[in-house]
Amino acid sequence: MKPVHWIRKNLFPDVWNSALTLFALWIIYISLPPLLVWTFFSAVWEGDGKTCRAITTGACWPFVKANLGQFIYGRYPESELWRVNLTFVLGMAGLIPMLMPSAPAKKWNLIYLVIAYPLIAIVLLAGDRPGLVGVDTSLWGGLLVTMVVAVTGIVVSLPLGILLALGRRSDMPAIRMLSILFIEFWRAVPLVTVLFMASVMLPLFLPEGVSLDNLLRCLIGVALFSSAYMAEVVRGGLQAIPRGQMEAARAVGMSYWQTMGLIVLPQALRHVIPGIVNTFIGLFKDTTLVLIVGIFDLLGQVRAQLSDPNWAVPEGATTGYVFAALIFWVICFGMSRYSVFMERRLNTGHRN
Amino acid sequence: MMSETPLMISIEHVNKWYDDFQVLKDINLTVHEGERIVIAGPSGSGKSTLIRCINRLEAHQEGRIVVDNVELTDDLKRIDAVRREVGMVFQQFNLFPHMTVLENCTLAPIWVRKMPQADAEKLAMTFLERVRIPEQAKKFPGQLSGGQQQRVAIARALCMQPKIMLFDEPTSALDPEMIKEVLDVMVELANDGMTMVCVTHEMGFARQVANRVVFMDQGEIVEEAAPEIFFSTPKNERTKAFLAQIL
Repeated sequence: MKPVHWIRKNLFPDVWNSALTLFALWIIYISLPPLLVWTFFSAVWEGDGKTCRAITTGACWPFVKANLGQFIYGRYPESELWRVNLTFVLGMAGLIPMLMPSAPAKKWNLIYLVIAYPLIAIVLLAGDRPGLVGVDTSLWGGLLVTMVVAVTGIVVSLPLGILLALGRRSDMPAIRMLSILFIEFWRAVPLVTVLFMASVMLPLFLPEGVSLDNLLRCLIGVALFSSAYMAEVVRGGLQAIPRGQMEAARAVGMSYWQTMGLIVLPQALRHVIPGIVNTFIGLFKDTTLVLIVGIFDLLGQVRAQLSDPNWAVPEGATTGYVFAALIFWVICFGMSRYSVFMERRLNTGHRN
Repeated sequence: MMSETPLMISIEHVNKWYDDFQVLKDINLTVHEGERIVIAGPSGSGKSTLIRCINRLEAHQEGRIVVDNVELTDDLKRIDAVRREVGMVFQQFNLFPHMTVLENCTLAPIWVRKMPQADAEKLAMTFLERVRIPEQAKKFPGQLSGGQQQRVAIARALCMQPKIMLFDEPTSALDPEMIKEVLDVMVELANDGMTMVCVTHEMGFARQVANRVVFMDQGEIVEEAAPEIFFSTPKNERTKAFLAQIL
């Protein structure tokens, strides 16, 4: 079809559609040019705080460039940064083959990711072992903290959420009651409250001499909080599986855990991939709340660098926030696209 | 008669309630090895509940059920021991849609009988040949017709090499043209000497293979007789009324 025909057929088929097309063009016309001017044409690309000071109409990219180290690592000691990088590389080495359906040895890959890697990561990042200098978590910051909080939340919340969802549907009254209590408690409390409780109130309840790291307390809070949400998503999937599936599995003598692990959960989780990824994305963005208990994630670190007098420039804050938003958007959009890919793949040929 | 062979199922004075409603009333039934029992009756008569009590998908509240010399109680070990030896075929097939036909058949032998995968696949193929669909082994259940799915379900149950087969209205969810292919498989199974308990409305099948027909109504066994007697000279009025309706 010729372009002219395509345009007439799809954009201007009648008066109403033509009006909508023109309206959409007008929206683009008034919003896109200023955005491009601010981001590119009027932006400062080279220089320092002094160069930016005169510019009020464009982004101050040198601010991001100069502070990139802090945005990624926080105040992690410069000589030890290789440890963070190595942790990241080791994580990717486990994660990327895990996400590729065709990669082999999924079982060992999963064991590495869920059991071995967290231990390696703790030792590498926190140190305090022979040959490694201890790095206090108060020095951690930026994207490093964002990733640590989000990954811990994700890795803990999925298995714990599955167990809670199964518990809530259990025939055993005690287990069912405990699961319901846990889920309803954590779901009813705002995450901000959970973080305040973990950071400020929990130490009051701990016995004398016992102290838990501030970041660790927040990690536990975030993980339990997101487990409750995950449990409800998984429960939705469990409810979609017909009773007959469970009966057929039990009738051939399979145990409860075999039935759940091989028959019910594989089908139930497939139904709720969008909900699971939705929870992951929500969790990833909620990590920014750790700012209120004095932990500097990516967003917190951007704010911290803004208080540097060298960078007291008109467009500094906007530039920093746009940068942080961009990083969050790229990661969340990546998760979203991966979930679409998995849904398509799992839906080929299997459905009734 | 068949009563010379060992006792496989013994149901004594079984009562069962759903809340206040009594679904099974003083049920007594014995099945010996190699016997084929057909349970008939109007819907809501408790026949599906009874057959589901035999592998404890439903629990009875009073009386005794002994299957293959194991009495069914709340003890999970006993229940699993019985279920390993009792195959079941459901009205809605209940195949596992996320697994291929072959995987449906090898799952229980591998996980319950701890059979090596290669042996389980060989075994599954012999039973898929017996139900005449070996060529569908790599397909998913959703790609098969209802009759084919039910035959896979029969093969899946046979792969555990059970001593007893339970059929809970195996042809009720099928289109008419597919009923015969499933019944043919069941007749063959009966001719091979399998101990079978079938809940079905297929009276032709009952005539052809059953040793005894059990007629249930309102939770009770009303009449129990060999098929030639059951169909020609039923004693109870309720049996007569039921037969008049469906024959």
